Amino acid sequence: MKIALIALALAAVSAPALAADPAKDSAAIAPVIAADDSLYQAFGGHDGLVRLVDDFMVILLDDPRTHDFFVAAKQDHIKLMLVEQFCVVLNGGCTYTGKGMKESHAQLGIDRAAFNALVEDLQKAMDKNDVPFHAQNKLLAALAPQHRDIVTN
Amino acid sequence: MKTLIRLLGVAVALVLPAAVHAETPFTYASGKLLLTGGVNTVEGTAGGGLTPWAVIGSYGEKGQFGANVYATDVNTTDYDIRSYGGLVGLDDRLEISWSHQDFDTEAVGAALGLGHGYTIGQDVLGVKVKILGDAVLEQDSWLPQVAAGIQFKKNQNGALVKALGARDDEGTDYYVSATKLFLAKGLLVNGTVRATKANQFGILGFGGIDDDYHYQFEGSVAYLLTRKIAIGAEIRTKPNNLAVAKEDAAFDVFVAYAPVKHISLTLAYADLGNIVTRRQTGLYASLQVGF
Repeated sequence: MKIALIALALAAVSAPALAADPAKDSAAIAPVIAADDSLYQAFGGHDGLVRLVDDFMVILLDDPRTHDFFVAAKQDHIKLMLVEQFCVVLNGGCTYTGKGMKESHAQLGIDRAAFNALVEDLQKAMDKNDVPFHAQNKLLAALAPQHRDIVTN
Repeated sequence: MKTLIRLLGVAVALVLPAAVHAETPFTYASGKLLLTGGVNTVEGTAGGGLTPWAVIGSYGEKGQFGANVYATDVNTTDYDIRSYGGLVGLDDRLEISWSHQDFDTEAVGAALGLGHGYTIGQDVLGVKVKILGDAVLEQDSWLPQVAAGIQFKKNQNGALVKALGARDDEGTDYYVSATKLFLAKGLLVNGTVRATKANQFGILGFGGIDDDYHYQFEGSVAYLLTRKIAIGAEIRTKPNNLAVAKEDAAFDVFVAYAPVKHISLTLAYADLGNIVTRRQTGLYASLQVGF
């Protein structure tokens, strides 16, 4: 028993994280998570997403954990792409025209803590825009697997 | 008071390394999401109140370390069970915990001729390693996070527990936990299998009628009411290996509240089953502070 556990422990130290097919890029497979547009409406539709993403960027720039990733970036373009992507996921009838997640984050050196910091900032932005908690979790659950393409450190 | 001083000592010992982190590859920026490190169980290990989870305790993410201290009181029908300790989480991979438990027999101690308030003490040193999976971010997969752990337990009242029929005053528990957060539903599910010789968590020693390991199941479900508040229920089966008194499974229903990231408060109604005299139910309260 003891030996088996020690062997397991040793295996764990060297075990890679469970990862999906590395060839897939998550923007191309961003799942549509709603059967109709009711979830999209819970986010306030197109205008609601624009307000949400505007607030999100302000919070990201104000957060020392995420500031450096966004301060010199094309913020307006990122906001536009986020609105498109959220709209696709929420079944708002949009088309995502941006790059894949892997390609757009390859050079940024993002670690899990920075990824989680962004999640917290998105939660703050959703709270500020009165997005219901359960609707927030549905969007976050759809986006969370993107960590496999975004986190490189 | 003594407890408080010890707790402060542990807190200083845990926080001090953080102050000198600057030149190490690890930071302590609390990179995990709220409540995703679980809370401290009565045995110190991160999980629910009674059962370990596969998560690594503290807010230390990959590349970081984290730590916390806790104090718990379970006031049951006949006893008062106090537990305090802390843990360190490293690289979201390794968790090392320590816990002390005081099992105050109150009036039962007098009835048994041990003296009113006779208290049985136990220390638990825990080590947990994440084996695979990701409970939180792998939301397109059913695969849980899996961890394996060991708890080394030393009972301080060996003569008494042996008089009650236990074979040893120390024992080692081995467990494997699988935990998954189903975020879209706001639901966390955990299952743990434990191999143990402990009677009543080790409070009544180890081994008894037989000296074999007993395989026990433990489970938790938690539902996120808000980002800061989770409610849930737990079950923990226990061996029934002492001839002098029946031992039952333990249950609880809980609410965990994290007003800010560094503090969490857990309140529960616990039913620990029969402990020597009769069924023990009561309020469980736990405070955790960490990063």
